[in-house]
Amino acid sequence: MITLHNVTKRYGTFKAIQSISLNIKAGEIHGIIGASGAGKSTLLRMMNLLEKPDEGDVIINNKKLNHLKGKEIRHIRQLLGMIFQGYHLVGNKTVFDNVAVALEIAKITKKDRTERVMESLRFVGLETYKDQYPSQLSGGQKQRVAIARAIVNNPKVLLCDEPTSALDSKTTTEILEVLKQINQQFNVTIVIVSHELEVIRSLAERVTVMADGQIYDVVDIEPTGVNKFEKGAAAFVEQLKSGGDTNLS
Amino acid sequence: MAIGESSIMVGFSVIAALLVGLPIGTFLFLCRKGQLLENRLVFSSLNLIVNIIRSFPFLLLVIFMIPFTRFVMGTAIGTAAATLPMMVIAIAHYSRLVEQSLLDVPKGVIHAAVSMGASVKDIIFKFLYVEARSALVLSMTTSTISFISYSTIMGVVGGGGIGDFAIRYGYLQYRTDLMIYIIIIIVIFVQLIQYAGITLARKIDKR
Repeated sequence: MITLHNVTKRYGTFKAIQSISLNIKAGEIHGIIGASGAGKSTLLRMMNLLEKPDEGDVIINNKKLNHLKGKEIRHIRQLLGMIFQGYHLVGNKTVFDNVAVALEIAKITKKDRTERVMESLRFVGLETYKDQYPSQLSGGQKQRVAIARAIVNNPKVLLCDEPTSALDSKTTTEILEVLKQINQQFNVTIVIVSHELEVIRSLAERVTVMADGQIYDVVDIEPTGVNKFEKGAAAFVEQLKSGGDTNLS
Repeated sequence: MAIGESSIMVGFSVIAALLVGLPIGTFLFLCRKGQLLENRLVFSSLNLIVNIIRSFPFLLLVIFMIPFTRFVMGTAIGTAAATLPMMVIAIAHYSRLVEQSLLDVPKGVIHAAVSMGASVKDIIFKFLYVEARSALVLSMTTSTISFISYSTIMGVVGGGGIGDFAIRYGYLQYRTDLMIYIIIIIVIFVQLIQYAGITLARKIDKR
């Protein structure tokens, strides 16, 4: 589904990502974990070219994204939903309009927009909030609106950049449940970046563990027992000397 | 008649600010480092021009522009001719305020727009102007009040207007009472514009 081939990203002389290759399978929930500054958000943002790689290729559906022109990139981006830690909603738009804008960009007719926006809001349980503004919502509700906005275009992939880091544990569980449903009901590939082991453990099927702009390990998470991820993550935690705390930052 | 002349000068300045200053301010913002159309040369050039125009003491700008005004308008005297330097300063003034207003839009909103596949035009009209709309209204309020102030000195090129009336019939004819009345009218007018601007900005700010 998404292939990163030898991608490198530099900021000045600092190498944020060092020649990483990674393959995200269609339909999977793939976690990316690492400490702050490990390069995990940069890696995620390369998948929709919010960050352009200095070297290497980003390949989606057999197309080298970084070789495409503006209009083609914008079209591909419409197939890749994205949510952020800070929600990034437009404060002066209602919940409805915040979701509808994704369809406006995709040039969907006004008639179809209304139906699809309401369907998306119903999915995240916010249809009765359609006329509210983001400032009137809780953090969890804002993230739900952001999710509704990200899925309203029926994306093939949902990129999640620390989506629960600003939320309490109860709301985190609710948001993770919504993400699981998106994956199961619509077969959307999910790539989630987090520095919280618990989030990755409860959601992801496969995990990329990152440190210093490189991949430390890519492991499967098995439902029971002490699996390779637990061993890998434990070693990783030890390496970072964070004393077994589930928060790696 | 003086009020009419002032209205023409200020009115055309507001229109120029909106039609030219708004796009220039937006372009300045977009050409900044780290923004969507980052272009150091274009930004530096535009930035320098805006700064130079805004640095001019307005009276000197009016006089400096006389040859240009005569070339464009056919005359350098009268209300219509006086409107041209007013429009130039209005464009420079408002474009800088627009740029600063857009800088207050959270970068994350732009990132979200880009991630949705938005074009630059989409980002400007569906995100930037929507999110910065109250700041843009307040900036226009501030600009309009400045334009009123600028218009009061346009008597030097025969532009007329309420300021010229106050000087000609109030100050020069020793009718201090008349000058005070005009000052009071201007103060009330400015207060009304400020009130209207703040009220509208509050009403449309839902953040």
